[in-house]
Amino acid sequence: MTQAFDAAAQQTLLESRARMALELARRLGADACEVGASVDQGVGVSVREGEVETVELSRDQGIAVTVYVGQRKGSASSSDAGETSVRAVVEKALAIARHTGEDPASGLADARLMATELPDLDVHHPWPLSIDEATDLALRCEAAGRGMAGIRSSDGASLSSGEGVRVYANSHGFLGSQCGSRHSLSCMLIAEDENGMQRDYDYTSARAPRDMAAAEAVGESAARRTLRRLGARRPATGRMPVLFDPSLASGLVGHLMGAIAGGALYRQASFLCDRLNTPLFPEWFSLGERPMEVGAMASSPFDGDGVQTRDNVFIRDGRLASYMLSAYSARRLGLETTGNAGGARNLRVSAPLESREALLARMGRGVLVTELMGQGVNAVTGDYSRGAAGFWVEDGEIRYPVEEFTIAGNLESMFQGLVGVGSDIDTRGSIHTGSWLVDEMMVAGS
Amino acid sequence: MTSQTHAMLDEASDLLLTPGGLDLAALDDGLGHAMGPGVDYADLYFQRSWHEGWVLEDGEVKEASYNIDGGVGVRALAGEKTGFAYSNQITADALAETGRTASGIVRRGERLAVAPGVAMASQSRYAGVDPLTGLSAEDKIAMLKLADRVARAADPAVSQVSASLSGVHEVVLVRASDGTLAADVRPLVRFNVSVIAVRNGRRERGSAGGGGRYAMVRLRDDNVAERYAREAVRQALVNLEAVDAPAGQMPVVLGPGWPGILLHEAVGHGLEGDFNRKGSSAFAGRIGQQVASRGVTVVDDATLTDRRGSLSVDDEGTPGQSTTLIEDGILTGYMQDKLNARLMGMAPTGNARRESFAHLPMPRMTNTYMRAGSDDPADILKSVSRGLYAVSFGGGQVDITSGKFVFSASEAYLIEDGKITAPVKGATLIGNGPEAMGRVSMIGHDMELDTGIGVCGKEGQGVPVGVGQPTLKLDELTVGGTQS
Repeated sequence: MTQAFDAAAQQTLLESRARMALELARRLGADACEVGASVDQGVGVSVREGEVETVELSRDQGIAVTVYVGQRKGSASSSDAGETSVRAVVEKALAIARHTGEDPASGLADARLMATELPDLDVHHPWPLSIDEATDLALRCEAAGRGMAGIRSSDGASLSSGEGVRVYANSHGFLGSQCGSRHSLSCMLIAEDENGMQRDYDYTSARAPRDMAAAEAVGESAARRTLRRLGARRPATGRMPVLFDPSLASGLVGHLMGAIAGGALYRQASFLCDRLNTPLFPEWFSLGERPMEVGAMASSPFDGDGVQTRDNVFIRDGRLASYMLSAYSARRLGLETTGNAGGARNLRVSAPLESREALLARMGRGVLVTELMGQGVNAVTGDYSRGAAGFWVEDGEIRYPVEEFTIAGNLESMFQGLVGVGSDIDTRGSIHTGSWLVDEMMVAGS
Repeated sequence: MTSQTHAMLDEASDLLLTPGGLDLAALDDGLGHAMGPGVDYADLYFQRSWHEGWVLEDGEVKEASYNIDGGVGVRALAGEKTGFAYSNQITADALAETGRTASGIVRRGERLAVAPGVAMASQSRYAGVDPLTGLSAEDKIAMLKLADRVARAADPAVSQVSASLSGVHEVVLVRASDGTLAADVRPLVRFNVSVIAVRNGRRERGSAGGGGRYAMVRLRDDNVAERYAREAVRQALVNLEAVDAPAGQMPVVLGPGWPGILLHEAVGHGLEGDFNRKGSSAFAGRIGQQVASRGVTVVDDATLTDRRGSLSVDDEGTPGQSTTLIEDGILTGYMQDKLNARLMGMAPTGNARRESFAHLPMPRMTNTYMRAGSDDPADILKSVSRGLYAVSFGGGQVDITSGKFVFSASEAYLIEDGKITAPVKGATLIGNGPEAMGRVSMIGHDMELDTGIGVCGKEGQGVPVGVGQPTLKLDELTVGGTQS
């Protein structure tokens, strides 16, 4: 049931389709053109209660073309990168560009900024895994979790493994392509006591199979995370410090990046408009990206405009040192691109790190938040109000689980009020950070 | 079989099968590949969609996009096991390859025959039109520019206006081993306006939008550009005056219409068949029990004419229907697809939905709403001495196992001594589904459906949905503001 994937052949094919689209667009009258194409293939196996539940084989393809006629722009895309589709997509993009309005900021990034250093960043590690082997791993993961005392049942364990190729090319003559892989294993379990059911999960995810946590460790961790939620109470309403688990602290970094993204700034849809070079965080806090880091989750030598990526520092010594800009958003703001078309790559926090215990001790009395729910973040005002679950902390020690409460504040004051960063860094995603201790937020519970 | 059903099948066959050299008769062979040894059910889901989107910013339509998507998803079931593969090619070879892959979920057992296809007679809940035609590109741009002009003229505080018009023409065809043969043409359009208003250094957003399963030309005839532009500005101006929201437990009155996402989160997801078969929902095993206050009746209704969440047939070919989930406070039913219905010994309810051919179907909501009660909305507000009146929401989320749900208000007011007073900043409301439903104490007679903006996400798959409700009072809910 496995399907072969010849990454090199797919790469050659997509590159030729991208060139074909560029050539066709030129012949049909486009002044400039850019093409993104990708193919991804993967396998997903899920098991539940010791039995295989789903086996899924995926293969996704796509091509997207943007053409410029003068300062007018048109885009079209298709889930099929065959020659007929490529022609249809180019023609449709050109048809659209006849109707759109002129935009003085539109167009490709400057030719001089195109990436010339295109090293292999070691992000392609295919996993030659048979369905039986994948199933076995998922079963072992789930069994390790189900075997822990107090676990009532399983909501399943899933293993997914995939690889793919993406190509970006434009009419400056730039063509970049990259093969990549991603594998993950997750487990969700259910525990029950007289107060009802609780569920939680854990996962491991990496570019290379060797960097994944052991299947049994994931299952056991999922069980511990589930069991510790039993007997949750509602915390009392009041102002108190909040400690964000690393996986949630990376979400706060995400809100920051969303607010300093060029698109939000030129639309005035950010609470951080006109804040360049002003203090946002304590002086001991810095944040930057490492797009060329070898083997990392979001590594790439070129951005979504073909521009060479670079080690940007967004927060330096607490101050907003740089916005996050693409060629287009930079033009709209009268600035230069920062090589961030498509977002930031491999964000890393730089701060004095403290152990979880030290942070809890400094907090004294408050909540450790391990789960957030809902979308209560207003990017325009920075107002923040989200559902939460976690643990009540008293005298610097975890006392009991808490749930069904909200934490509220404003992102700007939360950033200002950051008093500590943990050494418990979560390295599974593209944002690496430890826990964040925020001095005061409003907790609403009972 | 009605002539309408015939016409729909012919159209789907022409668009989906003919280009790859297939016809309806050839699907029996295709299905045969998926019906390997031990497989007890298999289906083929063919889909093609054409999506168009126009975006206005800074008074100009600078961007428009067009996307063509399509392919076939092949599924083989054996007991609780599912094998799944898909291809963006609709050819005999692709059916053979994906069919063999999907059927690999089991390797032993009896090889069952494919039942002859019988066209499902179903009633159309919307016209099977291509919604993208009928308006010229110039007409579409003119609508967006009208929204921009109306919003900017409405108030000098308006500093940014963005507007979008989008539409999807989707054609699907389902053929299953149980004899199912069904086709559907599903139009879906939407118009949205979002504004930023700035006053005294403060900046706030307002947005409004809507649509449904009909042609784009109806959006113009309904004058939505003007209506949603005015509504977005009104909301932004209200938010410019908003004070910090209160924190803690208090009575909450929800306005009619879109606040129905409370039901979607607090009870809807917990009543989907898969979670109940697995026993992971807080509502599992509770059919026949009281799970909400008396007077609370909640239905999931795919049959509403032209609604965003409506389905003539679902993604397994089962006709869309209206299912009463809670009647007068008593849990009466779950939403089912074929897999979960069969395993639970129940009937499918037409709730099998999938984001596309490249995703597996699951039990999902269509249009979920609470039926009207008898209270006067004014009396409901009068009954609250201190509380929150929430009329519009961003999004919500639920943990179906613990029953905890949240949803975030985007327009809300304080209620003081029975009167609506100051607008408050968006706050998240949090509660427990079964508990919250038991705290419904007054139900208005003003049932409204939302304007057609909902997208529901489950296991990474997004599908369009509708919600609705009358004005509703919950005696106590936790409000996540910043003021004690």
